Amino acid sequence: MSDKNVSFVRTKMLPQSEPPIGQRGVVKWIRENLFSSWLNAILTLVSIWLVWFVVSHLTPWFANSVWAAESLSQCREIRDATIGNGVPSACFAVITDRWQQLLFGFYPNTEYWRPVLALVLFVVGILPALFTAIPRKFLIGTAVTPFVLFWLLWGGSVWTTAAGALGFVIGYYAFKLLTDRAGLIVGVGGAVGISFAYWLFAAGPLGDALHSILPIGIQYVESKNFGGFTLSVVIGVSGIILSLPLGILLALGRKSDMFIVNKLSTGFIEVIRGVPLIVWLFTASLILNYFLPPGTNFDLMLRVIIMVTLFSAAYIAEVVRGGLAALPKGQYEAADSLGLDYWKSMRLIILPQALKISIPGIVNTFIGLFKDTTLVVFIGLFDPIGLTNAIRASTNWNGIYWELYVFIGLMFFVFCYSMGRYSLYLEKKLQREHR
Amino acid sequence: MSELAIEREIDRSQMKVSDEVAIQITKMNKWYGAFHVLRDIDLTVNRGERIVICGPSGSGKSTLIRCINRLEEHQAGSILVDGTELSSDLKNIDKIRSEVGMCFQHFNLFPHLTILENCTLAPIWVRKTPKKEAEEIAMHYLEKVKIPDQALKYPGQLSGGQQQRVAIARSLCMKPRIMLFDEPTSALDPEMIKEVLDTMIELAEEGMTMICVTHEMGFARQVANRVIFMDQGQIVEQNEPEAFFKTPKSDRTKLFLSQILGH
Repeated sequence: MSDKNVSFVRTKMLPQSEPPIGQRGVVKWIRENLFSSWLNAILTLVSIWLVWFVVSHLTPWFANSVWAAESLSQCREIRDATIGNGVPSACFAVITDRWQQLLFGFYPNTEYWRPVLALVLFVVGILPALFTAIPRKFLIGTAVTPFVLFWLLWGGSVWTTAAGALGFVIGYYAFKLLTDRAGLIVGVGGAVGISFAYWLFAAGPLGDALHSILPIGIQYVESKNFGGFTLSVVIGVSGIILSLPLGILLALGRKSDMFIVNKLSTGFIEVIRGVPLIVWLFTASLILNYFLPPGTNFDLMLRVIIMVTLFSAAYIAEVVRGGLAALPKGQYEAADSLGLDYWKSMRLIILPQALKISIPGIVNTFIGLFKDTTLVVFIGLFDPIGLTNAIRASTNWNGIYWELYVFIGLMFFVFCYSMGRYSLYLEKKLQREHR
Repeated sequence: MSELAIEREIDRSQMKVSDEVAIQITKMNKWYGAFHVLRDIDLTVNRGERIVICGPSGSGKSTLIRCINRLEEHQAGSILVDGTELSSDLKNIDKIRSEVGMCFQHFNLFPHLTILENCTLAPIWVRKTPKKEAEEIAMHYLEKVKIPDQALKYPGQLSGGQQQRVAIARSLCMKPRIMLFDEPTSALDPEMIKEVLDTMIELAEEGMTMICVTHEMGFARQVANRVIFMDQGQIVEQNEPEAFFKTPKSDRTKLFLSQILGH
């Protein structure tokens, strides 16, 4: 090597050049992602064939669909006349004919604006709770929203709802006063007791009295008239909103050092979780009547909401417990060493972190709960699936299945997909804050 | 583990020990299940004392200082902090914890809060300090530990040494009368150890009562007024640093010192 001349001088600089054709742009992407090996190429071709197979069968069904007809047989006639005999064709005319029923059930049709307005108000009302960019003072609006929605949906005298809402205000002040004087346990117990006493004995007469002085009200709609997506959304949203705090409390209870609290929470979670939801719904609709004093009219929908809430709270509790367990012990110790009491350290330190970890699981449970509301069809409530039976029962639409299910599926998908996207947004946002 | 050179002259003028008793531990015993972790601990700490506790791992030194703010419960004997007895009374525990600051080996900052929020949280929620005032206090201490410019960042964006200094500032914001340090430099890189020790020295110079579990013998020699050696859950030897390092009395201490200072 010693005799080799190592000196070198470049005389001409090389211009910048493009990578070879197979190594850039679309060609490179296709080669790397679709045909990188023989197995990969075969899988690609099979997948393309599969997608084509499904799409080619579904497209004509959708493309040839009939949107204006009064019955299934008329649908068929229109198809035979315009598109061709026996060609696959969807009869979405059933949706144009019966969409109101699918959305509102047996809600009086002059009052359809109420569920619609309720949905809009709900979305507006919940925004401050979902997005921290909105000023915090709007949360007061969020707190008032449930009562407005209740009044809009069920109607009746505005004073009945107002008198009911007053119970929460009374409970809140009772809690504050009693906790300052006599501690947390007396505070909670006293507040619950006073509120219930008020609701049982004072709320009714107070509402009636106010109504007789100044009658303001809208048409009262009974629970049994609720149906379709109105029913699903009311049960689903109530369940979701009520089950989160309850689930968190159960998770904290299960992690608690206090023997009784711990065992009660654990027992509750295991029992609720270990039995199918449909059993609990039957319990709500049939067996609870035996335990209630005769003559009490305990709304079936309310019973269902309570059962759905308890059921999903048990699941939420386990998801949140996972988040609590994932936190390093040091976080608990740091909070303790600064002198924060149990509730403050939970609220300010532990839960914000544990809930962040649990977001995917919590939203997963919510989506499950929302779809499980279709189970109420078995206890005689008319959710969208139940209404398909009612629609088919008319001679006009006897024998129609797919079109209704496609529509219902699409509606559920919109709700569930939005929840999923929100969960992703939240995860990303919190991730950024922490890094 | 090695001796760390502290270059600058340490100002001992403020580091006076008063006669007032800050912590009084008598015949304290603790068990983990059947395992006897701390045995007959007797320890009196006067206000202004700087105590370094050392010893092999598993000797109970961390457990001892964690008992002082009740992160661990003791089963026998008594601990008095500022004259308040630590018992299962929650009011006493919260009171003592808000008077006693603690720094951990792994900092334990709250990752979901900014540095400033980490520092203002306890003053606002425990001391009921107005937010603005709490932020002023926090900035004061963040300046003291020399990282005011990081106030709006999150703990994950800071180096280990910076995080530990924030942790010290966070404790100081509660204006504690006693500071406990549980191996504050054990999880740090060598160059970061110095910045944390410097902060602790400054604190000592201002007359803070400190109990440090640490292996930094240089710190012990120059700042402590008493070094305690623990083994098997007992206090084996305690003395002034000079005497402790030059003429250790027990064989166990000699062995430990030869291992820790030998190389």
